[in-house]
Amino acid sequence: MANNILEIKDLTIHYVTDQETVKAVNGISLQIAEGESLGLVGETGAGKTTTALGIMRLVPDPPGRVIGGEIIYKGEDLMKKSEHEMRSIRGHQISMIFQDPMTALNPVETVGYQIAEVIRLHQNLSKRDAELKAMEMMELVGIEGARAGEYPHQFSGGMKQRIVIAMALACDPSLLLADEPTTALDVTIQEQVLDLIDNLKKQFNTSMLLITHDLGIVAEVCDKVAIMYAGEIVEYGTLEHIYNNTSHPYTQGLFGSIPNFNSKTHRLKPIKGLMPDPANLPDGCVFADRCPHAKDECRSGKLVTKEIEPGHLVRCRLFE
Amino acid sequence: MAEDKKTMLQVEELTKFFKTPRGDLHAVDHVNFSIKEGQTLGVVGESGCGKSTLGRTVIHLHEKTSGKIWFDGKDISDVTKPQLKELRRDMQMIFQDPFSSLNPRMSVSQLIAEPLLIYKETKNSNELAQRVGQLMDTVGLAARLSNAYPHELDGGRRQRIGVARALALNPKFIVCDEPVSALDVSIQAQIINLMQDLQEERNLTYMFITHDMSVVRHISNDIMVMYLGCAVEFADSEEMFRQRLHPYTKALLSAVPIPEIGAKKERKVIKGELTSPINPGDECRFAKRCPFASEECFHKTPALEEVVPGHFVACHKVREINDIQA
Repeated sequence: MANNILEIKDLTIHYVTDQETVKAVNGISLQIAEGESLGLVGETGAGKTTTALGIMRLVPDPPGRVIGGEIIYKGEDLMKKSEHEMRSIRGHQISMIFQDPMTALNPVETVGYQIAEVIRLHQNLSKRDAELKAMEMMELVGIEGARAGEYPHQFSGGMKQRIVIAMALACDPSLLLADEPTTALDVTIQEQVLDLIDNLKKQFNTSMLLITHDLGIVAEVCDKVAIMYAGEIVEYGTLEHIYNNTSHPYTQGLFGSIPNFNSKTHRLKPIKGLMPDPANLPDGCVFADRCPHAKDECRSGKLVTKEIEPGHLVRCRLFE
Repeated sequence: MAEDKKTMLQVEELTKFFKTPRGDLHAVDHVNFSIKEGQTLGVVGESGCGKSTLGRTVIHLHEKTSGKIWFDGKDISDVTKPQLKELRRDMQMIFQDPFSSLNPRMSVSQLIAEPLLIYKETKNSNELAQRVGQLMDTVGLAARLSNAYPHELDGGRRQRIGVARALALNPKFIVCDEPVSALDVSIQAQIINLMQDLQEERNLTYMFITHDMSVVRHISNDIMVMYLGCAVEFADSEEMFRQRLHPYTKALLSAVPIPEIGAKKERKVIKGELTSPINPGDECRFAKRCPFASEECFHKTPALEEVVPGHFVACHKVREINDIQA
C-alpha cells in the first residue's frame, strides 16, 4: 500500500450567518494515496467544492468556518499551518483547477505572464527563465509557446482550460485538486482535456482529487470514488466497489438516473424529491426522505460508516 | 415503423445566416428533415453547431434566410404577425436555462397564467385559476407553490414551470432546447420522465435539442447530428447507435464517458476545435479535424445522401471508411 499523500479526518465546515448556519461539510474523512486519483461525486450543493477549498484553506471566512477536523498532507496538519506557510504550499505542492476557465484567468494579463507568475512565486527563477518555462508548459498542454503573448479572450474555452492546467502543473505539484475541470466544455474537447490530465498525471506521478457530477468521467480517470450527499460521504470505495457493488441507496439512485448509453431503456428511475436544505438538515440519515428503503429508525440517531468489505465504506442503516 | 403517422413538421433547405462585420455566419446551412406526429427528433452537436438556431428558426423566433417550413400540412415559411400569433398556439418552446427564462417578478401562477391571458383562453378568473391549477398538477408542482417566485425554487421546479408554460395552450409541437442540461442528474431524470409521459398522453411532437448523447438516445425516435450549421448524419435512434457512419459522429459518440468500469473503448480523440462558421468555403466543414480527409474533402461540400436504407450521411469518404459497396 502506497503512502497516503492526503488524509482528511472528520472535516466539518459550516457557513455561519446571522440568520442561519449552512452545514456544507459534515465530518468527512478521505484518503488519497500517492499517484492515486479519487473522484468526489455529488450533486450541486453537496459540499464538493467546499471540501476542496477546505483542503486549500481557502474557505471564505466569514461566513465560512472550519469547525473541526484534520487535513494531513504528507504527514503534516494543514490546519495548523500559518497563512504564510500555506501560501508557499498553494500552487506549489497543492494546486487547483477551477471549473470555469473563463473566470479563472485574468483578462488583462497575457497568458504567458499568468503562468510565469506562479513559477516566479515558487521557484527561484529570473523573469526571463520563468517566461521560458511558461512557454514550455504551454507546449506541454498542446498550445504553441509562441502564443504566450496573447490574452485569454484570444483562446477558445478548451484552450483556456489547458492554460489553467498548465498553470496548475507549472510547479510540479504532488496533489492536484480539479474542480469540475471539464464541465464547461464540449464532449470532444472534454475528451482531449481528460486525456491530457491523465497523461500528465502519469508523467509526474501526481495525485488527484477530481470533483465531478459525471460518473462516466470517474470511471475513465479515477481509482477510487467517494459519493457525497448533503455534506457527508455516503459511500466510498474503489471503482469496482462503487460500480459493481453499488450499495448506498443514493448511489443506486444516481446510476438509475443516467440514461443508458449502450441500450435503450424505456423509463429512467429518478430519485424522488430534492436534496435537503443544508441549513436545515434532518435528524438521522440525510437521505432518508428520498430513500426507497427508509424506515422509522433511519430518521433519528447518528449514523455510523460501516466497512462492508475491505476498503468499501457505506453510511447507511441498512448495513449497520 | 410509424409509416401511417402524418408528418407534423417538414423543413426543406432551411438556412439561417447572421450578418457579422467579417461576413455571413452560416448558423444553419441548407438543412432538411421531417418529424412525424407524436415522435421526437433529437438534434445533437457541440456548442456553436447551430442546433439552437435551427430550433428557433423553425418556430420563427429567428427569421430564416431561405428555405421552406411546413407544419401540420401548411406552408409556414412566411407568415404575417397575426398568423404567427395563431401558429404559436401549436408550436411552443422549452428553454434551456430555467434561471433566466422566467420573469423574476412574477409568481408561479402568474407565469403559468401568462400564455392563457395573452390568448384569451379563459372567460373569467375562476376558470383561469382552475386551468393554472390543472397545469401545475400536470407538471408536478405542488399547489402551495402557486404564490412562490422563481428565485425561491430549485432548478428542477423552475424547469417544470417552463414545461407548464409551454403546455398551457395545448400545442402540437414543442421545441425543447437543452431542457435538462442545467439540472442535476437525479432531477434531470425526473424532467425527462415527465416529458415522456406528456408526450404519450397528448401525442406531442418534440424537437429535442441537446449535447448529451445518452439523453438523446433515451428520448428520440430519430437523431440528427449537426456540425457547423450542417446536418452530417441522420438516422433513427436504434440505427444510429448500432452504427455511426460519419467520422464526426463516431468521434462524438466515442468521446462520451460511460459510467461503467473498463467501458473505455478505443479512444478516437479528434484533434483541434470547431473552425469558424463565417463565410465557409466549398469544403467539408469537418475536413480540418477529420483523420480521413483527402483532397476532395477540401474542395467540395458533401451532400447528405442515403448510404444505408434510412441512414443519411454527408461525407465523401463514407463508403470507403465503413466498407460499404456503392
